[in-house]
Amino acid sequence: MSVETETRERTRAGSSLPAWSGERLRFAIFAAVLLLAPVWLPLIGSYTDLGTRVLVYALAAMGLNLLLGFTGGLSFGHAAYFGLGAYGTGLMLRYVGPNMWLAVAAGVLLGGFAATLVGPVVMRRRGIYFAMITIAIGQMFYFIAVRWNNFTGGEDGLTGFQREPLALPGGSVTLTGPHFYYFVLFFFAVGVFLLWRVLNSPLGHAMVGARENSRRLEFLGIRVERLTWISFAISGFVTALAGSMNALLNNFTSPLDLYWQLSGYFVIICVLGGMRNFWGPFVGAAIYVIMQDYASTMTKNWLSVIGVMFMLVVLFFPRGLLGVLARRRSG
Amino acid sequence: MELLLFDAFNGLIVGFFYALMALGLSLILGLNSVINFAHGGFMALGGYLAFTLVPIIGFWGALILAPFAAAALGILAERGLIRPLYGRDPLYSLLLTFGLALILEDITRTVWGAQGLPFAIPNFLNHPLNNVYFFVTGYRVFVVIVTAIATAGLFAVLRFTRLGICIRAGNADLETVASLGVNIYFLRGANFALGILLAGLAGILAAGQLGLTPTMGSSLIMPSFVAIIVGGAGSLIGSLLGGLIIGVAAGITTAYFPSASEVVIYLIMAFVLMVRPRGLLGQEGLFE
Repeated sequence: MSVETETRERTRAGSSLPAWSGERLRFAIFAAVLLLAPVWLPLIGSYTDLGTRVLVYALAAMGLNLLLGFTGGLSFGHAAYFGLGAYGTGLMLRYVGPNMWLAVAAGVLLGGFAATLVGPVVMRRRGIYFAMITIAIGQMFYFIAVRWNNFTGGEDGLTGFQREPLALPGGSVTLTGPHFYYFVLFFFAVGVFLLWRVLNSPLGHAMVGARENSRRLEFLGIRVERLTWISFAISGFVTALAGSMNALLNNFTSPLDLYWQLSGYFVIICVLGGMRNFWGPFVGAAIYVIMQDYASTMTKNWLSVIGVMFMLVVLFFPRGLLGVLARRRSG
Repeated sequence: MELLLFDAFNGLIVGFFYALMALGLSLILGLNSVINFAHGGFMALGGYLAFTLVPIIGFWGALILAPFAAAALGILAERGLIRPLYGRDPLYSLLLTFGLALILEDITRTVWGAQGLPFAIPNFLNHPLNNVYFFVTGYRVFVVIVTAIATAGLFAVLRFTRLGICIRAGNADLETVASLGVNIYFLRGANFALGILLAGLAGILAAGQLGLTPTMGSSLIMPSFVAIIVGGAGSLIGSLLGGLIIGVAAGITTAYFPSASEVVIYLIMAFVLMVRPRGLLGQEGLFE
């Protein structure tokens, strides 16, 4: 099998293109589950904010996965863009004005443009070196947030802002409970739709090509460096959107939202769910958030819990959940 | 002027910690092709083990024994966890050592407590050597001397022992070394232990200067990454140099603009990456 056909098949397997009719049905069920989450979550003894948090982490990880799983760039610094999105939104609400749309836009633009600016520094690199540079650059933003005390709140984090009523054409809506869930779901859908469109465009196919065989792509006249840059930037914008949602969810943001450990969590979320699958990071995020929710009430040693999870996934489960399922189905 | 000297010298001492860490990381990156995220965890472990050993065998005994204890744990980690991942996508060894770093931090926190602990150093090392340059304490000179001895020792091992020659040869071409009958699994294990040995030593030295906290590992490991990138991947001297440069740069920045002292090392890194992507002494196209 030539690399090209292999690549095409992998892309198809990795996207939600309705390759067979069941795919469409499954997507409809999935959408219904998400839409009805505020109804069924309380019924099983959970709460709506947990669902919101799953959406936030899933969006962040899916944004990262465009770069990690589909372009092959090992970014260990995506918490930076997540955190910048959160700070952009928080700072806008605190210092400028109580407009939710502006606040989200500020977060997305701050995080997204930061990633766009960082792109040229990292795009020439691949492999472990890429990981080392992205994580180090991420730390730079962390220290800016920690040290710019009077503006960002320093080590204690940024407080003094909260979700404001959302201005809609028909009047304004207070964003509490289920309302906020649907607010996040809307932006989740926007982000995911963007990623899906990118991956199913020629651009997205070229990105997968860069992952599979970058030299061949160079010979075909495609600039892999620029492709990595574009992927890095788009992925930064989407992750920043998730960060913005996170700030609104907690009415708070702290430098830990920029810290390298969170970057690692995003990567393991992708791998856990299956980073070659479009929805893999979503599955990973759901498992991660539920596990965190559960473990925080059970033990103080959360770091060990997640550390052990890192090891188990790497040693026994490297394809991730959806990767294993997809393989079983096809073979 | 004295203040500037004070800050620069402070930075230089911290730079020695970065350099020791970066040397070990660089060694492991070279032969094991692993970025050891857990390096900071092993460093903290070295410091904490020394803290526990000091009342039993004294400062000097702990200074010798604790790094070896850390290295022994390093060998276990390499054998049990990292060895299955050689030859796989580098993503997996990154994630594995990342998880190990989290666990090590949690272990130090659980065993020794979340509060910082003071690390007692022999009294005679506490005194300034000179009244004008009060900041040149015996301990800081001691840090410089120990680092110099350790570095010289490492280079002597790499230059004159069979093990060291095999390590250097393995860096150049591991396959050929294997086909010449060298047990490369043993070689990688020994190399990993050598790197952790340096981390443990850095942990003890840093504990005497900065005190012990469970997060000391995660706060010192990032600058060590930067040291490698600035100095150039694949060059041990480069890592050493990189560590000292960013240490001094951070120190000098403290004198003029204290809140930027951490950010400046990342700016230096970004600058180096744009002007000379392979780093000061690095080889082109390594690890890609």
